[in-house]
Amino acid sequence: MTARTKFLVGFLLVADTAGYLMASSIRDTGMYYFTPTELAAKVSTDPGFRDVGVKVGARVVPGSIVRDAAGREVKFVATDGARMLPVVYRGIAPDTFTDSADVIVEGRLDAAGTFQATVLLAKCASRFEAAPDDKYRDTPGYKAATAKRTT
Amino acid sequence: MILVGELALWVALLMAAWCATVSFAGGKLARADLVASGERAAYATGALVLTASIGLWTAILTHDFSLKYVASFTSSNLPTVYLIAAFWGGQAGSLLFWTLILSAFTAVAVFTNRDRNRVLMPYVTGTLGVLLLFFLATLCFASSPYERLDWIPAEGRGMNPQLQNPGMAIHPPNLYFGFVATHIPFAFVIAALITRRLDSEWLAAVRRWALLSWLFLTVGIVLGMWWAYVELGWGGYWAWDPVENSSLLPWLTQTAFLHSVMIQEKRGMLRKWNVTLVAATFLLAILGTFITRSGVIASVHSFATSDIGRWFLVFLVAATAITAWLVTTRLRDLGAKAHLESMVSREAAFLYNNVALVGIAFSVLWGTLFPILSEAVKGEKITVGQPFFNAVNIPLGLFLLALTGIGPLIAWRRASIANLKRQFAVPVASGVAAGGLLLALGMRDGYALVAYVLAAFVTGTIVQEFTRGARARRSMYGERLPSALVRLVARNRRRYGGYIVHAGIVMMFGAFAGNAFRGVHGDVRLGPGEAFATTDPYGRAWTFTNQGISEFEALNRRVAGVTLATTIDGAAGPILSSEKRQHVDSRGNPTFEPSTEVGIHTTAKQDVYVVLAGIIGDNVASLSITFNPLVVWVWIGGALMALGGLIVMWPPTEARRAQSGYIAVLRPEHAAS
Repeated sequence: MTARTKFLVGFLLVADTAGYLMASSIRDTGMYYFTPTELAAKVSTDPGFRDVGVKVGARVVPGSIVRDAAGREVKFVATDGARMLPVVYRGIAPDTFTDSADVIVEGRLDAAGTFQATVLLAKCASRFEAAPDDKYRDTPGYKAATAKRTT
Repeated sequence: MILVGELALWVALLMAAWCATVSFAGGKLARADLVASGERAAYATGALVLTASIGLWTAILTHDFSLKYVASFTSSNLPTVYLIAAFWGGQAGSLLFWTLILSAFTAVAVFTNRDRNRVLMPYVTGTLGVLLLFFLATLCFASSPYERLDWIPAEGRGMNPQLQNPGMAIHPPNLYFGFVATHIPFAFVIAALITRRLDSEWLAAVRRWALLSWLFLTVGIVLGMWWAYVELGWGGYWAWDPVENSSLLPWLTQTAFLHSVMIQEKRGMLRKWNVTLVAATFLLAILGTFITRSGVIASVHSFATSDIGRWFLVFLVAATAITAWLVTTRLRDLGAKAHLESMVSREAAFLYNNVALVGIAFSVLWGTLFPILSEAVKGEKITVGQPFFNAVNIPLGLFLLALTGIGPLIAWRRASIANLKRQFAVPVASGVAAGGLLLALGMRDGYALVAYVLAAFVTGTIVQEFTRGARARRSMYGERLPSALVRLVARNRRRYGGYIVHAGIVMMFGAFAGNAFRGVHGDVRLGPGEAFATTDPYGRAWTFTNQGISEFEALNRRVAGVTLATTIDGAAGPILSSEKRQHVDSRGNPTFEPSTEVGIHTTAKQDVYVVLAGIIGDNVASLSITFNPLVVWVWIGGALMALGGLIVMWPPTEARRAQSGYIAVLRPEHAAS
């Protein structure tokens, strides 16, 4: 056996092991990723789906966040623009979790239709570029600027 | 100045187009005047992009809120250092920043090669011109930092408080430097492929750039980890988020290249592979940008979904197709000049190093893209997370760690039994000793044990290499040990700088393995004077006593803080405090959501990590307390890697001398023979 063949055998060994580990961990730990609308559709066709852990990506409805004083639980409503999904997350919410933040929650839908989240990721707000217009209209700065313009 | 800047951006676009056109034409037609014009256009593009950047900086520093970009990311009470950093804080500005670095690197590459690589240079300049053209077109047509609002707000939205951290001000630029530095080797590869001059000429020209890119990526990634750890308050530093992964991917392939390049220099092997690695590194850097900016993959870091993703996708596909076409039509020019002679050789160790690094890169890419792939194949988005990345990358990482120890010990071509005995005795003994010691101390975690045994083995290798080299110098030149050590490194920067990088890697792996022993106490509630008792991973008894909650106002924030007194085995321990901060704007209105300042007490053994989650009623602090073993070694290891990288890169100052003993510096000219 030439050195090249031996190397190839070793390579295949490493590649197969890695491939096997990848396939098995996807099988065991892969999670469905849905929008609220897709989750609702899936659950209505297959009610058993409630027990499967899923990830949901959505946006926090502004003003819907209710935090308990201990900072251990947050309730909020997430939406993909079409469907509202009430979410309860038990744990410390990351600082990036704010009104209108894009979030990814991991957990399952309970019988009452509330999403019980065990993991809450919020998009790093640094990069979150809302159209500035809608944010500004409520700020005193905007009002001052428009007042000046009209006088 | 702002208007001048905006104009400069458009002129730069035309200039880059000219640069690309005449450079390629000059190369093809062998017209020196066109080549010279292309190079002047490259410098001019750089000057114009710099003008455009100064324009944006001026707008930010003078608070011109008529620009959407300025209004979105800054406010008038923002400290100056963060105003400067706001330049790369958002989508459009960061693209301009990328273009600025690229145009500067282009100018440097053109200038340093003005008397060298003259056959390659027209195509190098041309390729860089095309890249500049792409970024400038994206800036002008899809995402302009000079976009204006149709009204002028009196105040901007301000910068997210989490970004108001020195680490955050320098972490993104480091990554950008690292990403952009991959463009220069790519341009050289394209030029070498076009001209079919695929010997070691292009390799010599790109090695330093590849190293520069590696250095910046390393520093950028480690700073990002540090920032996540001290600022975000979840107690970890890596989450396998798609955007984190996309910074790791080019780092992995770049690291693979920096190893395999040695085999081509020394033995003329792996020529196709090296071309592929350089191209892959560049393409992965662009892919990372695409992932970050397109919103195709849900990530907690990504920019707002925008059209710009489509631009990057088209560019990515085109660049991949062109590179693949060039490589396949030139396969005959890329034939190996030697073959692997033995599995017990340094070549084999390096080959497996590449297998491991590219394997890790592949699995990370696969895991990152899996939602898209599964949706395309099965119509359902399936995501994978930490368990997937750990399952694959811990074994591959440990394999790589073992090779880090084996590679430097084993001879080129074919190692003899005598060579193996002489080289492996000390490192293997130190690995076995470490394993025995840890077992005796009661460590039972399988992966962690393997990691520490290998870490000791690699440490043995590195120490042996340094002592042998220094001793050889001592006997040859009669130098004392300390000065022999310094000269050893100075005279063989590439080799010993590399070992210093390895030492940093060993520290990091040791720190990663420490995660197996984290002690997490997620829900601790303490009224004033109440204490929480627990045991740390080293078996010492700790108590944490709530010393009280204080509330006060600072410059641009309102702060609620808790202070904890501790005891360790009954003796007084460190005082820890954690804060919740509400940032306010210049009128005292709250901006952003409250942010957390983590309390960290760092020692060599472990970090004690305290987060104030909230305050219940008036005075009960709700806390999370974590013992994170060995975390400080991640940062020390990172610093050591950067130091080693700098040593390798530092330009040689002394004339070459005959090398002592078996230490040989491998130069490209030997490789061809």
